[in-house]
Amino acid sequence: MDGSDAVARAFGSGPVGYDPAEVSPGLWAMTMRTDRSLQEYVRIHLRIPLLPDLGALASTFDFVADAAPGVKEVLGVGKVCWEVRERHYDLVIVDAEASGHIVAQIASPRTINSLVPRGPLRDQTAWMLAILDDPEQCGVVVVTTAEELPVTETVELVARLRDGTRTDVARIVVNGMEPAVPDGALALAGDPWFAAAAPSHAASVLATAGRRAGQADVTAALHGLGVPVTELPAASGDEAAVTELLAGSFT
Amino acid sequence: MSGPRFVIVCGSGGVGKTTTSAAIGLRAARGGERVLVVTVDPARRLAQVLGIDGGDTGTVAVEGGGSLTVTMLDTKAGWDSLIRRHARDAATAERVLRNPLYHNITARFVNSHDYIAMEKVNELASSGLYDLVVVDTPPSRNGLDLLAAPQRMREFFGGRLLRWLTFPYRNRVAALAAKPFLMVADRLLGAQFLGDIAEFFVLLQSMEPGFVRRAEEVESLLGSERVTCVVVASAERGSVEEAVFLIDRLRSRGMHVSMAVMNRTVGAADVPAAGETLPSPDEVRLRLPGIDASAALAEVALIGARLGDTAARHSIGVDAVRAVVDDVRVVPLVRTRGAGDPLEAIAGQVGPR
Repeated sequence: MDGSDAVARAFGSGPVGYDPAEVSPGLWAMTMRTDRSLQEYVRIHLRIPLLPDLGALASTFDFVADAAPGVKEVLGVGKVCWEVRERHYDLVIVDAEASGHIVAQIASPRTINSLVPRGPLRDQTAWMLAILDDPEQCGVVVVTTAEELPVTETVELVARLRDGTRTDVARIVVNGMEPAVPDGALALAGDPWFAAAAPSHAASVLATAGRRAGQADVTAALHGLGVPVTELPAASGDEAAVTELLAGSFT
Repeated sequence: MSGPRFVIVCGSGGVGKTTTSAAIGLRAARGGERVLVVTVDPARRLAQVLGIDGGDTGTVAVEGGGSLTVTMLDTKAGWDSLIRRHARDAATAERVLRNPLYHNITARFVNSHDYIAMEKVNELASSGLYDLVVVDTPPSRNGLDLLAAPQRMREFFGGRLLRWLTFPYRNRVAALAAKPFLMVADRLLGAQFLGDIAEFFVLLQSMEPGFVRRAEEVESLLGSERVTCVVVASAERGSVEEAVFLIDRLRSRGMHVSMAVMNRTVGAADVPAAGETLPSPDEVRLRLPGIDASAALAEVALIGARLGDTAARHSIGVDAVRAVVDDVRVVPLVRTRGAGDPLEAIAGQVGPR
């Protein structure tokens, strides 16, 4: 949603535009552009053909989308919901904007309802809400790290999502967890004889265990939210393994 | 030199930008400076980092004779005061403030929050209250909305769009020229809603000279020697790529990038010494009969090897940033359990050299 090529880069693909590109077998990627979404919308719903002179008119479209409350957001969310409704794919994954914007985005059909008294845009909000509000069809995955500020932000975000939308918070993913240190290694590292024989090995084990315990202290707040939590290990350089692990927790 | 220096702290999400902002402020305050840290993030994160309770502004006492004040931006109050300042008379200001769409539009309008942050910076520029102002920015993956905000505001007022939108209310002949736009907009949004928006922008347009002048002042301040940027990243590949991209974008805007902070970096001190050999399983069995010696030794070796791999990756990441920024500060991973450590870990690295 944010116009960066992060998703395409993750699949080793070049820049991906608004038109979906197959970056891996069975997996398509696209970059959201609200101006294109608006053009598509106008073409499909208002039956106004694409005008040949897009110059001034296109930028005016963009401006309306920019200035009118909720319009830019609803064009992004609307495009995503449209792909879901038309069943073009089995699963649609949205790499959303920063957490500050996500509530406004998901709430945008309701914002439109409260601000736009009538008109076709308002008429479009009902089917979007039917998708967004249905936990069978739509859920938010909140990604965080095991540190104090991001965890606080996550707790706040879950509260704001529940307050401002009816969309299900499906899962919390905690990224960058230290590995759990097995009891045997911990017993070795804690033994004075071993610590004298292999001091830097003992220190690395104890530091890892200490960081893990600190992360567990901080993430405790996430476990009382009634949302399933998936913990991911710190980057290991083997990104394929992490992807497999993560994919496993969603099936 | 009158007025404070500014440090703008940038980086992508999750790299520790807010904590770094607080640490830079804390370090300067310990050096005897009067420091203000401004958070652009609506959440009360900075106050939490520094242990300030409640309120939008708080000051902490700092050893060393300096002071550290933290403030949260209030976007709504910022816009209200801008409208009052630039409106040609009080009645116009009141009409804008009472427009039902005012709050919604300003809350989203051309990165409204960013613009108010830059306004705040401009206001502080001539204030004698602080020696240093640290600005914590929102996550920025794809460029710098914050720094671009004044320019976008200026372009918006000077450009065709505002004229297009306000055409029909100024000139009936012009309304015909704008007809394709009105036809589409009308069918999309409904005439009444469009009318409300247009009225709002007609009022706003009357404030154009004031807004444009302010935007130019901010742009000129940002390009001056008084403002530097600090980029925060982690040493993993993706974060480094984004940081290098961001540094490039900052420089192409004419900004001075003074420092990069590589947060949570695994270094040589975290990795077992290369020459250190582990005891044999037999020795372990003799000393610690209760544990599975071979398994435990393998686990210890694995933890060490994993840290070694990470340190090697991070070293490549730090070098990649060093290739583009002279002053790179490496913040080691915390080695203990407990809160507050990340702040001190960064504060330990960001002092003057």
